[in-house]
Amino acid sequence: MHARADSADTVPNWPDDIFATLQRFDVRQVPYVPDAGHSKLIQRVLDSSTMRGIALTTEEEGVALLAGAWAGGQRGVLLMQSSGVGNCINMLSLIPILRFPFLTLVTMRGEWGEFNPWQVPMGSTTQGVFELSGVQVLRASQAAEVPAVLEAAAAQAYNALTPTAVLLSQRLIGAKVFTK
Amino acid sequence: MSKANLLDRRQVVSTLLANRKDVVAIGGLGASTNDMCAAGDHARNFYLWGGMGGAAMIGLGLALAQPKLPVLVITGDGEMLMGLGSLATIGLQKPANLSIAVLDNEAYGETGGQTSHTSAAADLVGVARACGIKDACAISTMAEVEAFAKAVHDVSAGPRFANVKIDSANLERILPTRDGTYILNRIRADLGFQPI
Repeated sequence: MHARADSADTVPNWPDDIFATLQRFDVRQVPYVPDAGHSKLIQRVLDSSTMRGIALTTEEEGVALLAGAWAGGQRGVLLMQSSGVGNCINMLSLIPILRFPFLTLVTMRGEWGEFNPWQVPMGSTTQGVFELSGVQVLRASQAAEVPAVLEAAAAQAYNALTPTAVLLSQRLIGAKVFTK
Repeated sequence: MSKANLLDRRQVVSTLLANRKDVVAIGGLGASTNDMCAAGDHARNFYLWGGMGGAAMIGLGLALAQPKLPVLVITGDGEMLMGLGSLATIGLQKPANLSIAVLDNEAYGETGGQTSHTSAAADLVGVARACGIKDACAISTMAEVEAFAKAVHDVSAGPRFANVKIDSANLERILPTRDGTYILNRIRADLGFQPI
């Protein structure tokens, strides 16, 4: 277990790899519910001139937004943490019905050295919820594998309309450390 | 039961869409999507048969992707209540080409007419305004509906929101196509996008 990076000199580079891949696939709309593990990527998106970061109040809004974006000719990606996946369940039904490209990047909680038991139930069922809902799951646990996993996920989501979730494991992000 | 002085939903929707030109219209789950079909099928009608609470967000995604096109969401009070947070999301993004018209009969008409929160407490216009949608109004006359229908075409002054009080009569169902892939791809084709 290692601590979550939270000082400027230890900010990880893998979010830059994700951003570059999304840019290459011409992703334009990036709905998100903030998570510490996504903070660098969200900042890259908000600073970008080609992507629009869209803050949501709850994650299912993002699923519906991506359907509308595709109707209007744009690709998007939904950023959230594992606890938000449960909020999406009914709205995920839009994906097979409308057949729009769906890619979501999920930072995991409730695994790998988790401190907060309240994160564990949803973290433990995140992959199952996606699979039951018809969304294929890929996982990245090491920084070195992020580029290849993202490339594969984006390719199958955007080229083959295969609904895809990438779980960014807590091992990659670092377990959140709670201090008094 | 219909109350006096409330508008007829079919007349409201057909007026909203009468001179639609390039408008893309999204119909929320329930009677709203049927009203849109009753006003005449159209390649730019996005009929929803599910995803309750998502109509306004589909409108936002479309409006951001196509900023020069007027995008109009037509939905019911129950569907809007399920997606109240989306008004905050829209208030933050402020898409100038997005309009939302809620057909408010103060009831869940599709499920037996149970009263909704707007019947006694919830003020959707107040919610929209408090979420940063400055152009938010309550509509109770057909003249106001006509003015709103005109305003929809101004893609530089939105987002706008209207809550239209309609009577709760259950009308004959005019059912649009239920094939989601067809509905979505028909819109994309009309906007000039090729299949993947």
